[in-house]
Amino acid sequence: MSKAKIKRSTLGRLMPELTSLTKRGPSGWMVILGIIIVSALVIMTVIAHWIAPHDPIEIGVGPIRAPPSSQFPMGTNHLGQDVLSRILCGGSVMLQVSILSVLVCFVVGVPLGLFSSYVGGLFDRACSLVIDAIYAFPGLVIAIAIFAMLGPGVVNMALSIAVVYIPSYFRVVRSQVLSIKELTYVEAARGIGARWHTILFRYVFPNVIPSIVVIATINFADAVLTAAGLTFIGLGVSVDIPDWGWDLKYGRELLSSGAWWVITFPGLMIILLALGFTLIGEGLSEVLNPKLQR
Amino acid sequence: MPLLELDSVTVDYRTSRGTIRAVEDVSFSLEKGKTLGLAGESGSGKSTLGLSLMRLVPYPGVIVNGHIRINQTDVTELPEPRMRSVRGGKVAYIFQDPMTSLNPVKRISAHFLELIRTHEPNTSKEEALERAKTMLRDLGILPERINDYPHQFSGGMRQRIMIGLAIVLNPDLVIADEPTTALDVIVQAKILDLLENLRKIYGMALIIISHDLSIILERCDKIIVMYAGHMFEYASSLELHRNPRHPYTQGLLQSIPNIELVDQKLAAIPGSPPNMLNPPTGCRFWPRCSYVMEICRTKEPPLIDTGHNHLVRCFRYHEG
Amino acid sequence: MGLRSYIITRILLTIPTLLLLLSMVFLVMRVLPGDPVELHFEKKATPEQMEAMRRALGLDKPLWAQYTDYLWGLVDVGYLLEHGYPNLGKSMQTFEEVGGQIFSAFPATLELAIYSMLIASIIGILLGVTSSKSYNSFLDHLIRGFGTVTYAVPIFVLGMIFQLIFGVYLRWLPTGLRLDPAVNPPPTITGLYTIDSLIAANPVKFFEASKALLLPSLTLGLILSGMFIRMTRTNMLETLRLDFVTAAKARGLKESTVTYGYALRNAFLPILTMMGLQFAILLGGAILTETTFSWPGLGRYTVDRITFRDYTAIQGAVVMFGLFVTLVSLIVDILYAYFDPRIRL
Repeated sequence: MSKAKIKRSTLGRLMPELTSLTKRGPSGWMVILGIIIVSALVIMTVIAHWIAPHDPIEIGVGPIRAPPSSQFPMGTNHLGQDVLSRILCGGSVMLQVSILSVLVCFVVGVPLGLFSSYVGGLFDRACSLVIDAIYAFPGLVIAIAIFAMLGPGVVNMALSIAVVYIPSYFRVVRSQVLSIKELTYVEAARGIGARWHTILFRYVFPNVIPSIVVIATINFADAVLTAAGLTFIGLGVSVDIPDWGWDLKYGRELLSSGAWWVITFPGLMIILLALGFTLIGEGLSEVLNPKLQR
Repeated sequence: MPLLELDSVTVDYRTSRGTIRAVEDVSFSLEKGKTLGLAGESGSGKSTLGLSLMRLVPYPGVIVNGHIRINQTDVTELPEPRMRSVRGGKVAYIFQDPMTSLNPVKRISAHFLELIRTHEPNTSKEEALERAKTMLRDLGILPERINDYPHQFSGGMRQRIMIGLAIVLNPDLVIADEPTTALDVIVQAKILDLLENLRKIYGMALIIISHDLSIILERCDKIIVMYAGHMFEYASSLELHRNPRHPYTQGLLQSIPNIELVDQKLAAIPGSPPNMLNPPTGCRFWPRCSYVMEICRTKEPPLIDTGHNHLVRCFRYHEG
Repeated sequence: MGLRSYIITRILLTIPTLLLLLSMVFLVMRVLPGDPVELHFEKKATPEQMEAMRRALGLDKPLWAQYTDYLWGLVDVGYLLEHGYPNLGKSMQTFEEVGGQIFSAFPATLELAIYSMLIASIIGILLGVTSSKSYNSFLDHLIRGFGTVTYAVPIFVLGMIFQLIFGVYLRWLPTGLRLDPAVNPPPTITGLYTIDSLIAANPVKFFEASKALLLPSLTLGLILSGMFIRMTRTNMLETLRLDFVTAAKARGLKESTVTYGYALRNAFLPILTMMGLQFAILLGGAILTETTFSWPGLGRYTVDRITFRDYTAIQGAVVMFGLFVTLVSLIVDILYAYFDPRIRL
């Protein structure tokens, strides 16, 4: 069977799952809600520059630190920039970084996990040791260390975040593979002389997919939060690009003057984006692996 | 006056996929010091019935109808605090799997001390410990092991500890749920003998729940045969053995292998128990019954008294 | 095996893990991406200036020598006794001993971490138990919703909102600093202001220290509690269905005994492990919390060092984080063995 046919059958197994989400009770609705939120934010970011009332990086569009009004529905910041426009455009860096980092995690973590656990032996133990060491380390610290050394940039930020979360993929894939590896039908496949890569991709991999999907969505949420965190402490991408994280960082200075709008709106957006992904992840996790069902 | 009286007890499980009627319209009584056997396949509702006597049916189970009376007291709607003093004190339950019925992080001494001092708060720690050690001795376990943890005992010993915990407060009634299923055959016999001896010494009534009809026939005064939540037959064990009336009971008896027969073929009842979310209309056994009649498919048979206190739920015994 | 031999074995096992950790930090900070000195100066210095710095910091030696110096610095007992802290190199910015800077910043983080963990676990466990006992009810869904939302809220956003409400609008609590500038810290015994002020029997200082601690630890604790709620709930739900719990109810034991003595005590062990894992997340969160509240701890130290491109100091801080996490992990494993007799017997 060609690889194209495998992909279709995997997708074919997922599609009816997705369409039947509404019948799965509250978890199904969680997933749908999450997808709506994320899609809305993505669309907003994509069309942002067309619908923004003002240029988000233009200084002095309005008075400095003005509270929300009819002219500036979300107020202005310390540079006189329109907060609303910055909100509309501010998600692009975060989305780019999170998509990229999830991709890297996936491309590195999943094959590594598959290969390592299937092969076993010393290689597996060595990999697991290193992965566990990374996993135990505070995520933000790793990201800071790597990003500080690499320098600013979307790709660099994505890489730093990816390193933090690759262990999650590795571990989940590995534990799944280890349990599937010993199942009878895999032994049967080996018995009829299937080559190792056939077994890995045709038998083992399709069963691992549900867990990977869940991990990926939660990874998205984490990536968003970590990217925001990195920007907040000063390790951002670039000052010129409107970004919710930057707004929070500079908004902090204005706190004592009571300018709540400068931080509340960017904060809300980050919460929404992270929440959207979290809802998808949690809902999917219950839908695909129903626990405690009576 | 009977120790235990059940009056049309019905228990439902209200699950997200639908309501399962696990026990329907069960009535019986049990005298002091006597033994009752609840026989049936898995899913027949016998365990649920046993748990309902203690009001311990797990969520989403509910006792929807009927009354349970212990020593004249109606416990069906008894408030929780009073029910708690009944549990363990007046009625005790011995669970099926000894490997999982003890708290892994508590010593055996803690199990006993907690139990004794909850029901008899004025007992000192030393007194309670003494009683526990004596109990262990009666159970055939070295009393010095009182401070060990459950995982340090074998399955058979854990089962004995469970029995000890059930009996130590001298309850009026003990319910043993599949007391032998998790054990090997030799230990099984020992456990049943132990149960019988203790019962005679302490004078308590005993309900044995089991799918093994041979055990129940041997050890019980009265027997109830359950199927898909319904009480199919209710008689003394002697009566049941001599005159099994319900086709299901007959099938069960025939399927007990006889060690003395040389070329015995194992007889089994064809088919399998019904899906409780969607049980068959009429008599729940009709798809597997060799005597099935037209009326069996549509109407549920009532309980019919065939004399000698022998009740059967089958249309074959219905006049007219 | 007995508890003592388990502890010894476990400590011995930590050493290779620690070595791996330290090597990985060295790899990232010195070997992989680029030359820390170049990055520090951002190419705005003359080669002589860069060479001078390298010599002063010992960065001109071959890599393997740097590696051995680095490892030796951590176990150099002589240095430790002389300075009171291990040798973690010198700062690129001030040429001070990084070890000293870190050790003076560390107690603030420790104090924050302890109280945040306490708040997170108490809220988390209580809500998790409540949620599991009223399975599928409105309260259950509410608590679960709370847990999900707290996961999505960035710590610094919550922190700033708290500062706005309590610091700016209501003016109840200070918005930074461990103590009001007018108050002197208590005599240092543990470095934790709350404990030290209690030891010195000084209620005023204790009150001031607690006031300053309240918002940061509440912020961090609330965000962390989400995980605890979920873990406790899941474990409790599983444990509550186990036979020995029903058996305990069947013996007529009190509700609280069954919930806490039987269910929670058994469900607790995975929660304890999780507490250990959460510590790593806690430290990450501490960095953000300290930055938000200008809390003078290790987190803020690290962030400040980033601004100055002080790579040697950053390395020292990262090592410190790693050591801390490893130590906590060790303690958690030992506690686990203590609570679960099955592990050691």
